[in-house]
Amino acid sequence: MTDTLNALVLFSNFVLVPGIAYGSQLALGALGVTMIYSILRFANFAHSDMMAFGTMVTVLVTWWLQSIGVSFGPLPTALLALPFAIAAAVVMSLLIDKSVYQFYRKKRSSPAIFVIASIGVMFLLNGIVRFIIGPNDQRFADGERFIIKARAFKKMTGLDEGLAIKTSQCITVVVAILIVVALFWFLQKTRTGKAMRAYSDNEDLALLSGINPERVVMVTWIITAALATIAGTLYGLDKSFKPFTYFQLLLPFFASAIVGGIGNPVGAIVGGFVIAFSEVMITYAYKKFFMYLLPESMAPDGMIQLLSTDYKFAVSFIILVIVLLVKPTGLMKGKVV
Amino acid sequence: MKKLLLAATILASLTGQVLAADSIKVGVILGYTGPIESLTPDMAASAELAMKEISDSGIFLGGMEMESIRADSTCVDSAAATANAEKLITADGVAAIMGADCSGVTGAIANNVAVPNGVVMVSPSATSPGLSQLEDKGYFFRTAPSDARQGEVIADILMSRGIKDIAVTYTNNDYGKGLSDSFGSAFAAAGGSVSMVAAHEDGKADYSAEVGALAASGSKHLAVFGYIDQGGKGMIQASLDTGAFEVFMMADGMFGESLLEAFGTDLNGSIATVPGAETAGASTFSAMAEKAGITVGGPFTGESYDAAALIALSMQAAKSSDRAAVQSKMMDVANAPGELINPGELEKGLRILAAGGEIDYVGATGVEFNDLGEVLGSYKEMEVKAGKYETVMVR
Repeated sequence: MTDTLNALVLFSNFVLVPGIAYGSQLALGALGVTMIYSILRFANFAHSDMMAFGTMVTVLVTWWLQSIGVSFGPLPTALLALPFAIAAAVVMSLLIDKSVYQFYRKKRSSPAIFVIASIGVMFLLNGIVRFIIGPNDQRFADGERFIIKARAFKKMTGLDEGLAIKTSQCITVVVAILIVVALFWFLQKTRTGKAMRAYSDNEDLALLSGINPERVVMVTWIITAALATIAGTLYGLDKSFKPFTYFQLLLPFFASAIVGGIGNPVGAIVGGFVIAFSEVMITYAYKKFFMYLLPESMAPDGMIQLLSTDYKFAVSFIILVIVLLVKPTGLMKGKVV
Repeated sequence: MKKLLLAATILASLTGQVLAADSIKVGVILGYTGPIESLTPDMAASAELAMKEISDSGIFLGGMEMESIRADSTCVDSAAATANAEKLITADGVAAIMGADCSGVTGAIANNVAVPNGVVMVSPSATSPGLSQLEDKGYFFRTAPSDARQGEVIADILMSRGIKDIAVTYTNNDYGKGLSDSFGSAFAAAGGSVSMVAAHEDGKADYSAEVGALAASGSKHLAVFGYIDQGGKGMIQASLDTGAFEVFMMADGMFGESLLEAFGTDLNGSIATVPGAETAGASTFSAMAEKAGITVGGPFTGESYDAAALIALSMQAAKSSDRAAVQSKMMDVANAPGELINPGELEKGLRILAAGGEIDYVGATGVEFNDLGEVLGSYKEMEVKAGKYETVMVR
C-alpha cells in the first residue's frame, strides 16, 4: 500500500502537478490565439509579445506597489497589479488595431497580409518591452512560495516521496478555470458574445442582422489582451519573466491551438493540456515509479524512458503533424481555411 | 569637415608608418563584433597594456617598440575570421598573433592560416577540449585552460566530498557537451558514476520534463553545466520547486551573483567552480588594470595580458622577431627553470633574457604550459554558505 502511495506521489510531483500548471498556461495563451483566429481570421504572431508587454506592466506595477508597502498577504502582489496591466495591454491592443489592422480590414486584405502585419507588430512589441524593462530575467513573485514543500510533505505523511505544490501553480489552475468559465458564459449567454459568434460564423450575415463589426473587433481585442496579460503573469509567477522566453512560447501556443482545433475555444484548452502532458509524460523516466509498483524481482534495470528529453519539442510537433494528417480540423472540430 | 577628417587620416597613417619603422607588429585578433563584443575591448586593452609595458622598457630587442594591430574574429564567422587573420599575416606582416577568442574561429584560424604560415598563436580564451587535438606543429598555445581540465577538477571536488553518484545536465552546445563528456570520463576514472545525463535547451518555457527524468535516476546531486541566465537557471529552479535536487555542482558558466539573488539560501551547500586563482600576480594585475581603466575581474583579461607578455618575452629570448624563433622559445620562458616573473615585472624579465638568463613567467594567471602548449589552469572551488559564495580552496 505504501509503495502504491509512493508511486502515486512521485508521479504527481513530477508529472501531474507540473503538467497541469504548464497546461493551464498554454491553454490560456492558446485561447487568445484561437479567438483572434476565429473572429478576426488571422494567425496573430504578436500574441506572445502582447503577453510579454502585459506582464511587463504587471512587473512594473508590482514593484511600485511593493515600494509603497502594499502586499497581498500570502498571495503574490502581482495579482493586485494585474488589473492595471490588463488596462495597459487593452489600450496597447486597441492602439495597434486602430493604427495597423483597421487599415487592412477596410481594404479587406487577405489573411496572409494580416499575418505579415502581425509579425511586424510582434517585432515592435518585442522592441518596446526590451527598451523599457531590458532583456534580462525579472522576478516579481512574492508572498508564500509553496503551499506544501516536498520535505514537509514527507514529514507529514511518512512517505519516501515528497510532493511540492507551489502557490503559483494553484493560482494558475484556479484563475484558468475562472477565466474559462467566464469566457464561455460571455460567449454563450451575453448579447455581445452571441454577436461575436455570429460574426465569426459569417461576417456578411452578421452585418446584415445589424451587428456592428467594429464593436465586435474591439471586444475581441479587449478579451485577448486580458487573456494574454493573465497568461503571461501566471507564467511569470510560476517561472520568471524574460522577454525572449515569452517570445518562444508562441510555438507551443500555436501547437496547442491547432492540435485542439483552431478557432474552437474548447479545443484550445484540450490542446494546451495535450501538448503539456505529452512533453512531460513521454520523456519521463519511469524507473522509480515501477520500482515502487512491481515486486523486487521484476525491478527494472534501465531508466524506462520512452524518449530522451532532448526530443521533448519533437514530441509536440509529431503530435501536431499526426493531428494535421489524420484529422486536419483538430481534436475538436475547428475551422479549416 | 571632410577635409579635416582626410587630413587627420593622412596624419594618422603617416605617424603609423613612422612608428612602424622601429616597431614589431603583433596581431590582436578578437571578436570586436558578435556574441562576446562586450568582453573583447577589455581583453584587447589588457594585451595592449602588456605591449606598452614592453615598449616603455626601452630594452625590448635593443629598443624596439611593440605595436598592436587589431583584427576582428567575429567569434562565430570562421570565414571572416580566417580572412582577417590572412590579412594580418600577409599584408601587415605580424610576427605573432594574440588570439583568437572563441573556440570555433580559433580552430579555423589555426588550421587555415597560422599553422600553415608558421605563425605563433596564443589564445587567451578558447577553452574547447577539441583544440588539444589540433595538428598545430607546436604553433598553437593557450593561456586559458581547456574544459577537459575543468571536468577533472569537478570530478576531484566531488570525490573529495564523498559524492560518488551524480546526475548531469548540460546546455546543448559545444561548451556544455564538451564539459559533460570530459567530466564523465574523469569521474568514471576516479571511481564515480554518472547516473544520468540529460541535455537542456536554452531559453525554453518549461524544464519540468528534464528535471523529472533526472530525478528518476535516484541521484542526490545534480551537476549543472549551463548558463546562468539561461536554461541552467531554469533547471535549478525546477529542481528546487519539485524538491528533486537540493545540492548542485555548478561549472563556470553558472557562476554569478544573480543566481544567489534569485535563490538565496536555497542554494546553501551547493558547489561552484570558476577559473582563476587568488595569487599575488592576480592582485597585481587587478591593480594595474584598474589604473589603465580596464574592468577589474572581467573574464579573460589576465589571460590576454599573459598571452601578449609571453609573445614579447619569447622574442626577447630568441633575440629576434622571426616567426619560427618566437615559437622555439615559448615553452622556455613560460616554464621553469628560471627567475619568476609577475605582472608589472616584464622589464625585469626582458633584462634577464637580454643577459642570457632564464625566466619562468608566472603572470596574472600563473602560467605553466604542458607539452601541448596549454596551461593547466587553476580553478577556485566555491561553496554557497548562508546565501554567499565562499572560496574553499584553489585547485
